[in-house]
Amino acid sequence: MSDARSLADIKSDLAAQVQQVMTRYPTTRSAIMPALDLAQQKYGGVDGLTYQAVAELLDVPEIWVFEVASFYSLYDRAASGRHHIRLCTNLPCLLRGAEALMMYLQQRLDVGPGETTEDGRFTLSAVECLGACEQAPVLMADKQYHGDLTAAKLDALLASLADQPAEDLS
Amino acid sequence: MSEQVLLRNIDNPNGHKIETYEASGGYQGLRTVLRDFAPDEVIEEVKSANLRGRGGAGFPTGLKWGFVPKDSPLPRYLCCNADEGEPGTFKDRILMERDPHQLIEGMVIAAYAIGCRTAYLYIRGEYHLSIDRCQQAIAAAHARGYLGANILDSEHSLEIHIHKGAGAYICGEETAMLESIEGRRGQPKLKPPFPAVAGLYECPTVVNNVETLACLPHLFRRGGEWFASIGPDHSPGPKLFGLSGQVKRPGVYELPMGMALGEMLEVHGGGALTGKFKAAIPGGVSAPMFPRSAFDVKMDFGSLAAAGSMLGSAGVIGLDETASIPVVARRITEFFSHESCGKCTPCREGLTWAAKILRRIEAGQGQPGDVEQLEMLCGGIFGNSFCALGDGAAWALGAALKHFRPEFDALIAAHSQAG
Ligand code: FES
Repeated sequence: MSDARSLADIKSDLAAQVQQVMTRYPTTRSAIMPALDLAQQKYGGVDGLTYQAVAELLDVPEIWVFEVASFYSLYDRAASGRHHIRLCTNLPCLLRGAEALMMYLQQRLDVGPGETTEDGRFTLSAVECLGACEQAPVLMADKQYHGDLTAAKLDALLASLADQPAEDLS
Repeated sequence: MSEQVLLRNIDNPNGHKIETYEASGGYQGLRTVLRDFAPDEVIEEVKSANLRGRGGAGFPTGLKWGFVPKDSPLPRYLCCNADEGEPGTFKDRILMERDPHQLIEGMVIAAYAIGCRTAYLYIRGEYHLSIDRCQQAIAAAHARGYLGANILDSEHSLEIHIHKGAGAYICGEETAMLESIEGRRGQPKLKPPFPAVAGLYECPTVVNNVETLACLPHLFRRGGEWFASIGPDHSPGPKLFGLSGQVKRPGVYELPMGMALGEMLEVHGGGALTGKFKAAIPGGVSAPMFPRSAFDVKMDFGSLAAAGSMLGSAGVIGLDETASIPVVARRITEFFSHESCGKCTPCREGLTWAAKILRRIEAGQGQPGDVEQLEMLCGGIFGNSFCALGDGAAWALGAALKHFRPEFDALIAAHSQAG
């Protein structure tokens, strides 16, 4: 998130790309989602300072930015771990054992859904259908899908991610 | 196996590249359109080929385009709905990842038909690979003169911009999607006015699904008659079905419409994972399920509607004998309750309530009268919610209660006896 950054820093970080995005739409309001996305790619999440920066860059009321940021689930408004694991628990995944895998992940990481491990390495979330039901059960780790999951595959995945730095968040 | 049209490049690791696409006849449809058809003639051809929307509603595509007013001075927009999110549905992702140029070419043709110069491709935010591949495809199409100003030296110009969704299922509803592109919360709007008249930025707008648009290049390369000759008269053209759940061979299959549900599951899906099938959902979780006794139903728009369900997104979910229908019903209801946008009371409150009762039944705390209560809730939501989300949820739950009532009763009775 924007911890140590000032409003001015965020604005100057984002200004050029936000300007670019604005050209795609006839209204600046339309650029709110892409601007939040750019901020999230850069800082790993969005917060009050980001809303203010986006609002000022686009010259729209800050509440418009907040309304959008709080409606859509992919904007991370709370700090998450270095790696975000989103396990699908919807029907096709459930029918192939997603609930048991969720329990397994909770035990392995010692966290509940929506929580981050104490060492800050992993955030675990239960999510709705990822649109990859042919590979059920499926999860998304950062930007990568992993399908046909088993407990052994989860072990291997956790091991491979554990020492990896957070990938470029874009 | 019938001819693979939409999936012909599916196993080619270079299927997403423009060279592969061109080598398999890509962009020939667009050349034909720009050379031989006036925009109105494009609409007529799509009407006579009887292409019906592949997003869920099955509305005739040519008819939809025809609603765009001819005399409006406002810009027209084309929005491609790639916010695939209905559990069991993944066909559009496969198209965008493996052969995205079909979609881009289809968008250029559709934009020509309706006189649009700016199009938005709304892709769900989780689909990173689809987003990358479509972005590359747009750039490659630009470089070859299939996009941008004066496409292939014609009068037609088009820019396509990708708008990334951010994890809201409701944005698959067309008016919610337009709100989202406008930079608001994705909540559906009352219709009329329909988007064709007052859609994006209050301008005439056509919203089409990925697979619908991906059909167009083939339709124009090989002709409307060829297109209409595939599958049954009322539901023609190539069609993708996503098979998932407890089937041996999950995946996306290109099959003509009109095949029996049972045949699709047994022959193509490879049969049930364990034992036999117990039930199946034909078109994403909002489509009411069928028990095995009804597996001879034909998989097309009309037959499924007549049988009390729908083709929807054609996401077929197989349930074998190990599946507990109360669990399935609970998970579907939880999904819709979670994804309700909160705008209308029957959907927001009703689904939360129904999910609570279903969780209670599953946990062994069911009470006599719970099933009646659920039925009452379904009746209260269906037809009374603002958009199709509430209807779909109530309809799906209603079918589970109707076909598998004894499973619910047994769970409740076990508790009453224990108590
Ligand atoms: S249900 Fe898990 S990816 Fe669709």
